[in-house]
Amino acid sequence: MSSETTQGAGILAANDAQADHHGHDAPLGFWQRYIFSQDHKTIAIQYMLTAIAVGLVALALSVVMRLQLGFPDHFNFIDPSEYYQAVTMHGMIMVVYLLTALFLGGFGNYLIPLMVGARDMVFPYLNMLSFWFYFLSVVVLMASFFVTGGPSGAGWTLYPPQSILPGTPGVDGGIILMLVSLAIFIAAATMGGLNYVTTVLQARTQGMTLMRMPLSVWGIFTATIMALLAFPALFVSAVMMLFDKLLGTSFFMPEIVSLGQSLDYGGGSPVLFQHLFWFFGHPEVYIVALPAFGIVSDLISIHARKNIFGYRQMVWAILVIGGLSFIVWAHHMYVSGMNPYFGFFFAASTLIIAVPTAIKVYNWVLTLWRGNIRLNIPMLFCLAFILTFVFGGMTGLFLGNVVVDLPLSDTYFVVAHFHMVMGVAPILVIFAALYHWFPKVTGRMMNETLGKLHFWLTFLGTWAIYFPMHYLGVLGMPRRYYAYENYDFIPPEAVTLNAFITVMALVVAAAQLLFLFNMGWSAWRGRPSGDNPWQATSLEWCTPKTPPGHGNWGPELPVVHRWAYDYSVPGAPKDYLLQTDDWEAGAQTQQQAEGEAKS
Amino acid sequence: MAIAIILVLILVISIIFHFSGPWVLPELASNWKDIDLTIGITLALTGIVFIAVILFTAYAVYRFRYRPDRQASYEPENRKLELWLSGATTVGIVAMLAPGLVVYSDVVTVPEEALEVEVLAKQWTWGFRFPGDDGVLGRAGVSFISGSNPFGLDPKDPAGQDDRLINANQFTLPVDRPVLVKLRSIDVLHDFYIPQIRNKMDAVPGIVSSLWFTPTRIGQFEILCAEYCGVGHYNMRGGLEVASTESFDTWLASQPTFAQSQKVAVTGLSPAAQRGESLAQSQGCLACHGFDNSPLGPSWKGIYGREELMASGERLTVDEAYLAESIRQPAARIVDGYGNVMPPYDLDDNQIADLIAYMREAGGTSSEAVPFGDAAEDLGDSRSHAENSAPETSAQSATSDGATLASSKGCLACHSTGREAMVGPAWGGLAGSERTLVSGETVVADAAYLRRAIVAPSEEIVEGYPPVMPVVPLTAQEVDTLVEYMMSLGGNDEQ
Repeated sequence: MSSETTQGAGILAANDAQADHHGHDAPLGFWQRYIFSQDHKTIAIQYMLTAIAVGLVALALSVVMRLQLGFPDHFNFIDPSEYYQAVTMHGMIMVVYLLTALFLGGFGNYLIPLMVGARDMVFPYLNMLSFWFYFLSVVVLMASFFVTGGPSGAGWTLYPPQSILPGTPGVDGGIILMLVSLAIFIAAATMGGLNYVTTVLQARTQGMTLMRMPLSVWGIFTATIMALLAFPALFVSAVMMLFDKLLGTSFFMPEIVSLGQSLDYGGGSPVLFQHLFWFFGHPEVYIVALPAFGIVSDLISIHARKNIFGYRQMVWAILVIGGLSFIVWAHHMYVSGMNPYFGFFFAASTLIIAVPTAIKVYNWVLTLWRGNIRLNIPMLFCLAFILTFVFGGMTGLFLGNVVVDLPLSDTYFVVAHFHMVMGVAPILVIFAALYHWFPKVTGRMMNETLGKLHFWLTFLGTWAIYFPMHYLGVLGMPRRYYAYENYDFIPPEAVTLNAFITVMALVVAAAQLLFLFNMGWSAWRGRPSGDNPWQATSLEWCTPKTPPGHGNWGPELPVVHRWAYDYSVPGAPKDYLLQTDDWEAGAQTQQQAEGEAKS
Repeated sequence: MAIAIILVLILVISIIFHFSGPWVLPELASNWKDIDLTIGITLALTGIVFIAVILFTAYAVYRFRYRPDRQASYEPENRKLELWLSGATTVGIVAMLAPGLVVYSDVVTVPEEALEVEVLAKQWTWGFRFPGDDGVLGRAGVSFISGSNPFGLDPKDPAGQDDRLINANQFTLPVDRPVLVKLRSIDVLHDFYIPQIRNKMDAVPGIVSSLWFTPTRIGQFEILCAEYCGVGHYNMRGGLEVASTESFDTWLASQPTFAQSQKVAVTGLSPAAQRGESLAQSQGCLACHGFDNSPLGPSWKGIYGREELMASGERLTVDEAYLAESIRQPAARIVDGYGNVMPPYDLDDNQIADLIAYMREAGGTSSEAVPFGDAAEDLGDSRSHAENSAPETSAQSATSDGATLASSKGCLACHSTGREAMVGPAWGGLAGSERTLVSGETVVADAAYLRRAIVAPSEEIVEGYPPVMPVVPLTAQEVDTLVEYMMSLGGNDEQ
């Protein structure tokens, strides 16, 4: 646990020092092992379980919204305030507290050390703090359900002045807790993020060059760097808005007459907040998407038994997307009242980002081509991801092109688009990844029958929800409406469609209970998986124990001889070669590894 | 295997869905057919690529599904194919972006002959302002806003005097003439959105944003708010009538100018009185006290030096001491005929002096004033109505006026005339019913209560509703009409 890890030799020395620490299996107490653990795997599981729990709250809130939208006159317990509170909390939880936390805190924590051959994160104590800060942020956010006035109903974008003025639900305590919770979350993400980046750069094992890293690590690594650069913009805007709310500053507040009362604000700019918010908010889309891109690349390659097509291009595409995503933010603001000439620049930069993104899609489907595709559950979810993501990407070309955005902006087209591209698509990858790595985490397989049922309900259900929803936007239905009664331009078919979407949403929500049951049941009763059930090549499948013990590796760190994608190599004895396999040199590393695994 | 078939089926069903329903943009009513064209180009290109990628995927899954005897090919890279695909994608992107940017340059280039109109958005109503004969919209700002100046026009700017103001949700535009809409908001973000026009734009407090279009079709169109603006967002609706130039001119000429709306111009105030005026506005005094119409509290017209009868039966002459006491401890001595509804204000001596200066200078002396203003009589009237529990007369005529007023003042954004609760309590069955307030007290929603709820909405809020109703600037007569209308919607069955 030394911090002198700057050079390659230093890394190994540090890892050996870690081996000393991790090697002696001094029994840790319950608290140190499961609660205040500094083991990246435990922290990862803590992150995942917390994210899933809070995600269930968000799922329930989406049911509340859909009941109101689908059957507007039947659920009197949902009033406009509650509806907008549900909208707000659903969005914020899903984007920040579920997706970001799950990909970076969950998969990042679990996979990075195992995939790069490290014994743990470089700063384990900081890693533990990261989780507990995240946990605290969730507690603070949930507390807002219990304060006077309830949680904020400002919409997840929290646009001022509305978010801190009467007329919006939750302006008493809800918005304050929301902003405080975000600030705590960002502290957590920063602690975690510094750790992930340092670990990738400094703690890779011998032979694990950057260009041999699995794309999962590339995706998470790039997303983490983006998070470190983007979250500060949200942090400062949260602090500034808190000042506006509590101290009477006017960062975002111009002169206002609110509901008949003249306020003491003056000179601030609501559009400034939007710039800050989307300077965070757009990279945030890719903070969620890049880990998903990386993971789906690996899973497609593994389960198609074929190397990922165009690995180097994939790495560069991740980096280019990560870079470009910082100069496209104002495409969320085409009708915000900002200087309209910005539209030219941001439309161009936004559409340019489609090129590296399209390349990734081509490379996924070209990886399938001439593969030997095993249609297991992770692969099914990957295929569903391709359909969903390609569709979501295509509708993004509508919204990114400024003039096409004008009629569609602020309508259900936007809602459908971002749910497809950054809601459903990443979540399909999360499911693929959970089914894929569950055996590594627990040593057991998830139930196949339940898994298939869960897959079909989720895949077909989400398509049935979000594909037709685009057309509500084409009709012109604005988003964030509590009800759509008596509007002449909305045809009756739209009302029927809304009811249909609600029914589908209920089905999809119920299907997730199936998944939870499967996870819980399989963790205890699932079929034992063995060390490498998918016959994958990357390092995490080479650990001496499954699930990996404290310190991950035995006395010796693994030595890497090849990239992570040697599937179906002509002339090789098997259809996959572990990264530790020195097959060309005739070394027996793999047999050694297998021998160790048995011991 | 199943997944390959399902992928193709999803494609087929989705394409059928696309062509089978009424799923098209609302019929265009503006010059922006080029926007529709760019949507068409984008749809065609993205549709082709989407179908191609999914068919390729489905075929690959079918053709290369797992067989124990098969070995996948080993091909890490194919530079030629990768370059070719990147190139083709770039061409496709340019084919969408280029026409988009060309059309967008039209969107940001406003024709010189465009007619200017200001749209003023606030929670949750719209207002409209046209320049007068000078063709120039006068200066305006939030700080000028008061009950009698809801648009916040600068009274000293000559360009604003002839501006025509439409303080209602409905306005008219001439057909076939470019219109430059200038958007202002006095509170939060809003968005001026008419689906048939295509173009939309946020109204942002603190700045003036704009959009332009040419209405091309005569007819009635709905205005929606497309930027979330609080609980009333979904009902912040207005109407645009596109009419012939002649009808538009006639209509516009019938709208009041700013100067007309400011008949009682308050001029020549001393600096102290000016400070008092802004204090009266910011503290919300003018919501209940006015100089002309003063429905809830005693009128300030001629209040200084006036002899008033107190509820206790005492008679006194209004002087500094009484005014200061009434501001700080309103309940101490209440003028007969008014309710004990005013909250105490914690103002310092200078502020009180400023306010009194304002009342004296703007209100004039007692000689002009009648001991009991119209307002008190109004209140008395409605109280006697309330005792009879339902209006027996003139309900019919009030109903239609009241309905119009309720819709044009934006009441119906939050209150339904039926029975379903929206942001605020439903009006159907409200009058005469007993309601519990957030304070825990119960109140019978009689005419007096309804009047108080309109004029001072934050004082007695019914339990279960958010405290969001604005003080709507209404004349005493308008308040009467609304109360009568609401009484007519009341049901005795709700007792």
